[in-house]
Amino acid sequence: MTAGDWQVVGFTIRVAALATLLILPPGLLVAWCLARLHWPGKSVVETLVALPLVMPPVATGLILLKAVGRRGPIGRLLGELGIDVVFTWRAVVLAMAVMSFPLLVRTARVAFEGVPVRLEQMARTLGAGEVRLFFTVTLPLASRGVLGGLLLSFARALGEFGATILVAGNIPGRTTTLSLAIYQLVQLGRDDQAYRLMAFTVVIAFATVWWSEWFLRRARRP
Amino acid sequence: MRLALRNIRLPLAHFEFQVDVEVTRQVTALFGPSGSGKTTLLDVLAGLRRPASGSIEIEGRTLTDTAAGLHVPVRDRHIGYVPQDGALFPHLSVRGNLLYGRRRDPEGIHTLPVEHVLDVLDLAPLLDRGIGALSGGEKQRVALARALLSSPRLLLLDEPLAALDDELKRRVLAHLQRVRDELRVPMLYVSHSTGEVAALCHEVLILDRGRIVARGEPQDLF
Repeated sequence: MTAGDWQVVGFTIRVAALATLLILPPGLLVAWCLARLHWPGKSVVETLVALPLVMPPVATGLILLKAVGRRGPIGRLLGELGIDVVFTWRAVVLAMAVMSFPLLVRTARVAFEGVPVRLEQMARTLGAGEVRLFFTVTLPLASRGVLGGLLLSFARALGEFGATILVAGNIPGRTTTLSLAIYQLVQLGRDDQAYRLMAFTVVIAFATVWWSEWFLRRARRP
Repeated sequence: MRLALRNIRLPLAHFEFQVDVEVTRQVTALFGPSGSGKTTLLDVLAGLRRPASGSIEIEGRTLTDTAAGLHVPVRDRHIGYVPQDGALFPHLSVRGNLLYGRRRDPEGIHTLPVEHVLDVLDLAPLLDRGIGALSGGEKQRVALARALLSSPRLLLLDEPLAALDDELKRRVLAHLQRVRDELRVPMLYVSHSTGEVAALCHEVLILDRGRIVARGEPQDLF
């Protein structure tokens, strides 16, 4: 592994971890709402949340590019605050976050649905408000499922390619992730270096998914 | 204790729950066949289910009044609840469960000293145990203590001895009698057992298909 390879590995792990942490609060909120609340139009929200799972990642990337580009509705606002997103590390984080969000929401939702409603009701009779109830009963009892979902999301973020290349480009040292680097090395015919990065990717992905499955198996136990 | 349920109505799957009753005795039993609405009555009192119409008043304090659009949240009702399975928080120790709902009644009249509750229910040796290490009878005693320590104006017990064998039933019943005589907490006690009702309760309400069809003292009804 060259210094350049390690830079790509380090950068990818850092941005994937940041993306996963950023989606944690909204992901848990959406998952809890879907698990515990009923409202008209809930199925529309469920579908919207799942869309990045089934849409071509490049199409999602194009939507992001339009939204956060300098002339896009969000990009213009951020530009006024002096924040550039497109073709920066922020765009990599954004693409990873959007693409891994549905995995977190789906696994966390199942975990929340597995928490007995009766326990939450008892906590309310004992004086717990909704926030205290969430952090002291619901979340601890769903924690294994949530951790499993978090790791799955991290693994998904590590491998993100299609949306990232559209919204962040492939700028060496600035936005190049493991997937983008492997693609570029293959294009350049530097197969040996591509295989080394691929092997590294397989090891990280295997370890993350194995760990995630371990948590999810434990979450399914009574 | 004065508990008044006025014109409570709630449509259920096979009948309409209709109750209009005033309870003044310290320990009142709710007796009746399975599916007659006993647990529904407890849930309505605790605020876990909202009646379609009617009002609930306890010691002059209105908890529910559908005509006035009033429904005091579950956490502010100060009504303790001990369900059949205890519904203890499995991720907390016995001590954690007991302290979860520890609070003082705003009027200061129902606050029970922790040491007294632990003594009456013989729980001091169990404080550092996990919930998984408790027997059925111990779990019910912890659930009872947890509800008592939340300073309840009224304690709801939903067949707390149903899952125990005869020997454990006898022992937990003795603890319940001490709670009745030494802590003097008002209780509504759901049971299928005439023996339990006769040993513990001052009055019996017999429910059938959501209506109170008879009431009286245990020795008159059984």
